[in-house]
Amino acid sequence: MLIELKNIVKNYDNGGVITRVLHNVNLGVEEGEFIAIMGPSGSGKSTLMHTIGFLDRPTEGDYFFDGQNTKDFSDDELAKIRNQRIGFVFQSFNLLPRTSVLDNVMLPLFYSGNKKGHEHKARAALESVDLGERLHYMSNQISGGQKQRVAIARALVCDPKVIFADEPTGNLDSKSGGTVMHILEKLNKEGRTIILVTHDVNVALHAKRIVTIRDGEIVSDRKVKEDERVHSKRSED
Amino acid sequence: MKNFLSDIKVTIKNLLSRKGRSFLTILGIIIGVAGVIIIMSLGAGAQSLVLGQITKLGTNMIGVLPGKSNEAGPPAAVFGVQVKTLTLRDVEALKNKSNVPNATAVAAFVNGSATLISGHESVDTNFVSTDGTYPKIVNVEMEKGEFFTEEEGKAGANVIVLGYDVATGLFPNGDELGQIVKIKIPNNNPASINEVGSIPFRVIGVQKKMGTVAFQNQDDQVFIPFPIGQRQLLGIDYVQFIRIKVDDATNVKTTMEDVTRVLREEHRITNPSDDDFDVRDLADVIKILTSITGTLSIFLSLMAGISLVVGGIGIMNIMLVTVSERTREIGLRKAIGATRRNIRDQFLFESIVLTLSGGLIGIVFGVLVSYLIALGARFAGYDWAFIISPIAILLAVIVSILTGVIFGLYPAIKAAKLDPIVALRYE
Repeated sequence: MLIELKNIVKNYDNGGVITRVLHNVNLGVEEGEFIAIMGPSGSGKSTLMHTIGFLDRPTEGDYFFDGQNTKDFSDDELAKIRNQRIGFVFQSFNLLPRTSVLDNVMLPLFYSGNKKGHEHKARAALESVDLGERLHYMSNQISGGQKQRVAIARALVCDPKVIFADEPTGNLDSKSGGTVMHILEKLNKEGRTIILVTHDVNVALHAKRIVTIRDGEIVSDRKVKEDERVHSKRSED
Repeated sequence: MKNFLSDIKVTIKNLLSRKGRSFLTILGIIIGVAGVIIIMSLGAGAQSLVLGQITKLGTNMIGVLPGKSNEAGPPAAVFGVQVKTLTLRDVEALKNKSNVPNATAVAAFVNGSATLISGHESVDTNFVSTDGTYPKIVNVEMEKGEFFTEEEGKAGANVIVLGYDVATGLFPNGDELGQIVKIKIPNNNPASINEVGSIPFRVIGVQKKMGTVAFQNQDDQVFIPFPIGQRQLLGIDYVQFIRIKVDDATNVKTTMEDVTRVLREEHRITNPSDDDFDVRDLADVIKILTSITGTLSIFLSLMAGISLVVGGIGIMNIMLVTVSERTREIGLRKAIGATRRNIRDQFLFESIVLTLSGGLIGIVFGVLVSYLIALGARFAGYDWAFIISPIAILLAVIVSILTGVIFGLYPAIKAAKLDPIVALRYE
């Protein structure tokens, strides 16, 4: 089991008023899965993803990552997991402005402690998302679809086990959104675990398993039948 | 190392993408550092000028001025007060070998301004009336002829030694020696009412071009024997100051004590607090002058320091703006694995690069201005040394780095503390 959540509770303290966002969430994710977390806004799906992605700590409960309980991990240890074991893809890309595509992709390597092969690894990651030609473009000179592919390359550059994608197609037209989903499927086929957060059923149906959350609780957890699954094609943008 | 270099590259690129703002931000640092460099350079230049001027006078010298003044302050005569407590009798007593055994020469002085006339030419200049012992006390180099002898000096012979500029002004052809020049008697001299109005002198010597010594232009003055200047030109019976040459540097202090003792006897003074004269050596003079430039330097450095603090606050302000502008970037960096320390160092580094580049620009600017001032001072005839001490440069570099650290730390820590989730949501 790569990810195992046991009785996860998350409370937010808004000036003395405590709001419980996650109620006793139990979830297991095996290595190589492609899982979509669905739910309306306010359901707690973002909080769940932040918790699984080590951007936030649970208030209660245990989180085993790759067999280790992460409860007592220090901030620096969590930063290391985010850097080495996880890749994030965000709805709004979050590329550094005024910075080249290549430098953007090299950014995680910068924090990795490894000193060698940065450019080589970044080039390889960009080639895997078909952007090997645009290395020296500035991040604001490329299209939205290309931006998201740069973000995926950035997520891949440290060779993580899991990719978290938070509404990765939310800011894209259907064509470039399709390309992004195609790349995620390809990465899953290559053995990487993909955790996708979305409120869009058509996007969620790319996954092999859909977990639905409502009011901080998992209300359904089902496998997607092969004939239900949506597959996107790569298209030029 | 490579990481560090690319760090610098990224930071500089970041700062250059906001050139105008970065420059305005470091303007305070530039001014502050340039101020420190200029002040230190001017201080050192002024000090060397003062020392040069004083030591050119000659070493192992003691000066006696009329009137009492306290230890540290300048003598009363400096403020233009005429004090009449020193007389020729005092000078004679000091010349007595048994009284002051280590004195090799003693000279009395009075001086004033005078108009020199030769034929139809006339020059306004300063005269110095002194003894023939003057060349033994002060470094004198003659272009032509000789300085007057002790006998001529004592007798009040009508002879005159011209400064270089006076000589060339009156005698452009260079035939000064043996010529007669007249000095007009000042109107305020009571003797001038009855006299003819001018006194003739025979030129016996011309000094070499010497520039300024002890802030006196040596080329724009003339020397005449003491009694003529005192009685006939000024119409006074006191001595304005006395200079004494000591045989060896080690005897300066004991000679000062001898001089004090002799003058107290002459003036019948028993209580030292009643002294009506002031004995000083060059070391005292140098000490006073350097203490004046020192105080000035401290004061001006304080002003420069204030500019640095104000500049530093500007840095802090702009770094806080930068942090809030780049909140999303900080969130992203944290999401992909940056630790608090990474973020803190990034912003601290940026602030140091800012202040250090301000410091470097300030150093260049300060050195340039100091150099121009030195050029100006030399143009004005002062023997001004252009001094930039490595310590000033080092200090400027350290201070600018420290300013970056001190004023960059708070914004950097603020950035490091940002919650990645909140930062990523920030619009």
